[in-house]
Amino acid sequence: MIILQLHEPGETPMPHEDERGLAVGIDLGTTNSLVAISRDEKPEVLRDEKGVGIVPSVVAYGDEPLPVVGLAARRMLLDRPEIVVSSIKRLMGRGVGDLKSVAGTLPFEVAADTGGVLRLAVGGRRLTPVEISADILRALKRRAEESLGRAVDRAVITVPAYFDDAARSATRDAARVAGLEVLRLVNEPTAAALAYGLDKSAEGLYAVYDLGGGTFDFSLLRMEKGVFQVLATGGDAQLGGDDFDELVAERFLSERRAAGLPAPTVAETKQVLATARLAKECLTAQAGGEWQLDVGGVASRHRLDVAAFEAQIAPLVERSMRIVSAVLDDAGVSVGEVAGTVLVGGSTRVPLVRRAVEKLMGKPPLGDIDPDEVVALGAALQAEALTRGSDTLLLDVTPLSLGIETMGGIVEKVIPRNTPIPVAQAQDFTTYQDGQTAMMIHVVQGERELAPQCRSLGRFELHGIPPMVAGAARIRVTFTVDADGLLSVTATELTTGIESRVEVKPSYGLAPEDMIRMLSESQEHARADMTMRVLIEAQVDARRLLNALRPALAADGDLLSPAERAALDAAIGTVEKALPGTDRDAILKAVEALNEASKPFAERRMDRGIRDALAGTNVETLAGRIGAAGGS
Amino acid sequence: MNVAAPKASNETASDATCWRCRAGVGAEAAACPACGVVQPPRALDHFARLGLPRGFALDKATLERRYFDLQRRFHPDRFAGRPAEERALALRHATALNEAYDHLKSPLRRAVYLLGLLDPAYKRDESETEKDPALLLDALERREALEETTDAGTVDRLVAAARRDIDAALGRIDRAFAEMRLRDADRETARFKYLAKFVEDARDRRRRLSQGSST
Repeated sequence: MIILQLHEPGETPMPHEDERGLAVGIDLGTTNSLVAISRDEKPEVLRDEKGVGIVPSVVAYGDEPLPVVGLAARRMLLDRPEIVVSSIKRLMGRGVGDLKSVAGTLPFEVAADTGGVLRLAVGGRRLTPVEISADILRALKRRAEESLGRAVDRAVITVPAYFDDAARSATRDAARVAGLEVLRLVNEPTAAALAYGLDKSAEGLYAVYDLGGGTFDFSLLRMEKGVFQVLATGGDAQLGGDDFDELVAERFLSERRAAGLPAPTVAETKQVLATARLAKECLTAQAGGEWQLDVGGVASRHRLDVAAFEAQIAPLVERSMRIVSAVLDDAGVSVGEVAGTVLVGGSTRVPLVRRAVEKLMGKPPLGDIDPDEVVALGAALQAEALTRGSDTLLLDVTPLSLGIETMGGIVEKVIPRNTPIPVAQAQDFTTYQDGQTAMMIHVVQGERELAPQCRSLGRFELHGIPPMVAGAARIRVTFTVDADGLLSVTATELTTGIESRVEVKPSYGLAPEDMIRMLSESQEHARADMTMRVLIEAQVDARRLLNALRPALAADGDLLSPAERAALDAAIGTVEKALPGTDRDAILKAVEALNEASKPFAERRMDRGIRDALAGTNVETLAGRIGAAGGS
Repeated sequence: MNVAAPKASNETASDATCWRCRAGVGAEAAACPACGVVQPPRALDHFARLGLPRGFALDKATLERRYFDLQRRFHPDRFAGRPAEERALALRHATALNEAYDHLKSPLRRAVYLLGLLDPAYKRDESETEKDPALLLDALERREALEETTDAGTVDRLVAAARRDIDAALGRIDRAFAEMRLRDADRETARFKYLAKFVEDARDRRRRLSQGSST
């Protein structure tokens, strides 16, 4: 056993059971995600061994049991687009019914017959957006654990300020499925303001213009003495750099149509979008270029210059600017009062966006931050504040009004937008028919007057209302929004003193059974992760042994009799055969047998080494030999 | 307004012992003097909750300082590592503080709230414009002017005029409350309310007009 005893202990030390895991900040983006940690109010993005912090929010579901996440998955878009999912954030909290209105040309294949729950068919699997997001979060968790050498089990996760309740709940569920306790959901612009404000000691009224891959937020905040108070926020959860890509892709594809070339399949659409994205990114630095599409076996070349690109995206940029004006109006703030505008999100690299912000706000936006990293840094700061304590205080608001559908489909607002959270508000309703004993309560979110134009968050029935003449019953409906921006609703009948309470967590089409199934699958995932890890460790051990033995046999093979040599070679053969397989026990057994078979050889080598040393062989050669034998 | 104070059903005004250690707690103490643990929020009016004198005149800087100081103590973020009961109580404190702040920072909501506080018979949702012919006529004239114009500049002038009238109404509300002339305060608050609604509608119209001309 001398050879083996020299090797290092397990490569990935497991944390002690009683040691609490670390808390990180996660920016779960449409295009890219990042994980960061903060110590002593100094946040830093966690990077891979090459120094890359960004993890593309792309997942590939191939033949292996575990999906591939990040850059490797994005690369697979070229060869096997049918197994790759990107921009899943745009579908968080959405049902099958929403898809038509929001998806447009989104490159998703929807699984048929899912009973209202949105599932994507990808790589032979049927997955909900929650599960796919959970796979991204798992990869970020792993990245953090590898980088920190400690278990990570708690996180602050950022969401677009304009995310509705369903999308927030879905994000929270994805984290649970990934084995992360969510310390707090923080709005992305608020997180950015926290990182920026603490770093630059900024005080006063600031604006955050956050245009990401899929979502747009604009928030006005007051920062002073560690208080970050959001005054007003607005946005569009379906406006981002992806829409720029889609416009470019549509332009290229219409050029192909005009030339009578074949149209793309769903899989090829993903590649067309990737090319469009590349074109957009090139045009932030150069005036024009030419890109090639390879669709249906027929290649085509497409020219695009900055002027044409800007003309195409101008209506989208204009849409964001209208939201900026509306938020300023809501807060009763004029542009002159805003000390500075912080740009967040990769899409703010587009020169037209920067120019439009500068024009509207009357001064150049603040450019001294990395728009890709600032949200994750803010999330990490908040994670530290929640686990270690801090003097900073984040005071956020509801992005959208919350209300109830009343007679005729009219929405009665219970909590208006831009109300500071946490908040609880009650509104009394009554019956409209004599003897009515039940009431349907339909909870909606949005600014429109009619319920069908707002987002439906959930319906529930209140039963047990005592029969009375119409209008006599008093039903108090209470809306509660917690510090994460998550809503819960209760209803109570007041007149008789009998409390009929119903508690509702608005859902997004996922039944509780779905959630339970996902959680149990996630435990299997964790088991699969663990199985994979011990397998890899066994393989690493086996390779290390082989790598040590081979040169030793080449150098000192004469120490063995032909029979001993044959037995040792057979044992090596068994290890080599077991190595590529997934049977960890077979590998361990073969390694053990090889250890046993090589024992006499190792001892004799050691003896010869000592003899050589006594005979004047220089010590360095000896050390080299033992080192080679140990493989250290 | 229909605001329900977040109040546990088992909470009573005479409850003056700490829920944790049973030590005596002052009627308005937010934390137990013996064990330091957070207590349920008391049933206080919004002014008392933020430690401000009850009145329409209010120093905005003081309001904000009080609000921030109290939120620093009670915001759920401060209780992230504490037991669930304490977290729930902190949430109720933070919610009550937000409600108080939200009611007091806007002069219109403050005036309406104060009227309800000073005059229990005050009906908040009743439209005063319908009872006051002069107010009603004024409102109709403004509406007509807004609906007839398609010129952004005219809308801006109407908004500016309404804003001036709001400032004047605010001054009268302030004096009426100071002299406890509640009927006058009520009438001027009604004027303030419709002027504020008018400004909001005019801004919507202004936005539609500028969008129409730019596209």
